[in-house]
Amino acid sequence: MSSLAVRRTKDYAVKVISTGFAVVALFLLVWILFTLVQKGLPALTTNVFTKMTLPPGHNGGLLNAIVGSLMQIGLAMVIGTPIGLFAGTFLAENGRTSKLGHITRFVNDILLSAPSILVGLFVYAFLVNPFGGFSGWAGAVALAILVIPVVVRTTEDMLNLVPVGLREAAYALGAPRWKVVTMVTWRAARAGIMTGILLSIARAAGETAPLLFTSLGNNSWSTDMSAPMASLPIAIYQYAGSPFDDWVALAWAGALLITMSVLFLNVISRLVLSRTK
Amino acid sequence: MDATLTSRPESGGYAGDIRTAKPTGRTADKVFVGLLWGCGIFVLVLLGLIIAMLFRGGLPAFAQFGLDFLWTPAWNPVTENFGALVMIYGTIFSAIIAVVIALPLSFGIAFFLTEIAPQALRRPIGVAVQLLAAVPSIIYGMWGFFIISPLMAAYVQPPLIEWLGPIPLLGALFQGPALGGGMLTAGLIMAVMILPFITAMFVETLESTPPMLKESAYGVGATTFEVYKNVSVPYGKTAMVGAVMLGLGRALGETMAVTFVIGNATRLSASLFAPGATIASTIANEFPEAAQGSLKLDSLLALGFILFVISFIVLALSRFLVRSNLKS
Repeated sequence: MSSLAVRRTKDYAVKVISTGFAVVALFLLVWILFTLVQKGLPALTTNVFTKMTLPPGHNGGLLNAIVGSLMQIGLAMVIGTPIGLFAGTFLAENGRTSKLGHITRFVNDILLSAPSILVGLFVYAFLVNPFGGFSGWAGAVALAILVIPVVVRTTEDMLNLVPVGLREAAYALGAPRWKVVTMVTWRAARAGIMTGILLSIARAAGETAPLLFTSLGNNSWSTDMSAPMASLPIAIYQYAGSPFDDWVALAWAGALLITMSVLFLNVISRLVLSRTK
Repeated sequence: MDATLTSRPESGGYAGDIRTAKPTGRTADKVFVGLLWGCGIFVLVLLGLIIAMLFRGGLPAFAQFGLDFLWTPAWNPVTENFGALVMIYGTIFSAIIAVVIALPLSFGIAFFLTEIAPQALRRPIGVAVQLLAAVPSIIYGMWGFFIISPLMAAYVQPPLIEWLGPIPLLGALFQGPALGGGMLTAGLIMAVMILPFITAMFVETLESTPPMLKESAYGVGATTFEVYKNVSVPYGKTAMVGAVMLGLGRALGETMAVTFVIGNATRLSASLFAPGATIASTIANEFPEAAQGSLKLDSLLALGFILFVISFIVLALSRFLVRSNLKS
């Protein structure tokens, strides 16, 4: 019976180790959040929301970066959401069996995981270089390219969950295709589609690399989309690497702000989805 | 008879003649379906454009250095002699370190989430692990730079250098001063970042194991771990390899987290602790100093193109493996 004892001990040991690994993962999350709160909260004063980025030692804030981020993300969503929604619908409604559908699905999966820095490099070569320099427009386009595959993927998955009978019922009543899709299929899947949109906002909000070569960053107040534009991630990048304590503190405040928003969007999107299930 | 059918009174309560009535919204339908196709094709074109623009941008560098660009270890902006070897090595090596660290953790957490955890805890813990993937990469960069690097420099690197450094061959990995950053730190942080992706796909695959198979194994007296190792994991093997490839693909292109900790030195070094560079970190780091139209900028775009090709191959392979499992 000793072999059984050995097997049981081994089973027990692996269970303990696996549980330990899960604890490690949770610990890492808590550790990261704790670090952000510990270093970011003291620096999160009203100055952060009311003042511009200023030279070190001048009690600056992050207002222009926050506004720049919101503008670029907003525009990216305006560009990316409809394209993603339509392309996802195409995959679910027309592309289930067609060859083009298969290829598009493949390409979308690649885009979903492709290095985001290359998207920035692409927009630089495609828009910035030929059309007169860094701009908020270019930043928004780069973010839109990151938004599209997320929306495409979730839209397709969610539309596939809508029962075919629902669509057939609508078609049987003589409804044209666009009505079936917009008033029946999209409606039935709207919680899921919303989830995808929220997740894509979260993704766009945290991206830094694609903005390096597109909107560049800007230390003064500017809402001109055709000029270089500040953004929160770029400001954090610039400040965190600086030798000035007050800048580093501001970087932590910005980091706390961004992470909390992103995690909030993630949790909300999951709640939206689970509530309707 | 025909006459009675065609000469129907206008106000007879009919919507129209079913034989002559046009389906409503035909034009709208054409526009709508056209839009769907247009956006579908747009996604295709987008990827094509990205590849084409990176290639075109890097062309002058490829023309100047030829294929030697791939295995030249030099990166010298002064003499304008550029090669990609150091970055390709750094990219692949750091990504492999990340996968090697993340893999056992993912195996364990997936085992925990599918077999050990009480039902009520599975979802919340699963979501918490997923939230690790939601944390922006620049946050990982700061956390790595301000928290992990000092810890590495104080507690991890010195003993490793002392104990393993003197061993021939293996010792080459553990040389140099304990600066805190370098290849290992970068790999460690990326491991945390790709862990949720690998774990999620592991769990999804393991949950698709037919209960009958698992119950048969339990029936002949296998322990939970034996069922996991001999039934569930072999059943989902292909997709799990695909999941690991996805993690690798993600790590290859990771930029901000790596840029903070890897040290950004374009020198070739075998040591895990020496400053190095990846393709992504080099692009992020050197771009601001690259003048428009310079050979350096062209070389950075060429690096981008190489990274794209490597990522594409790994991601395509990953997808192929994951999908082939779903079909069977």
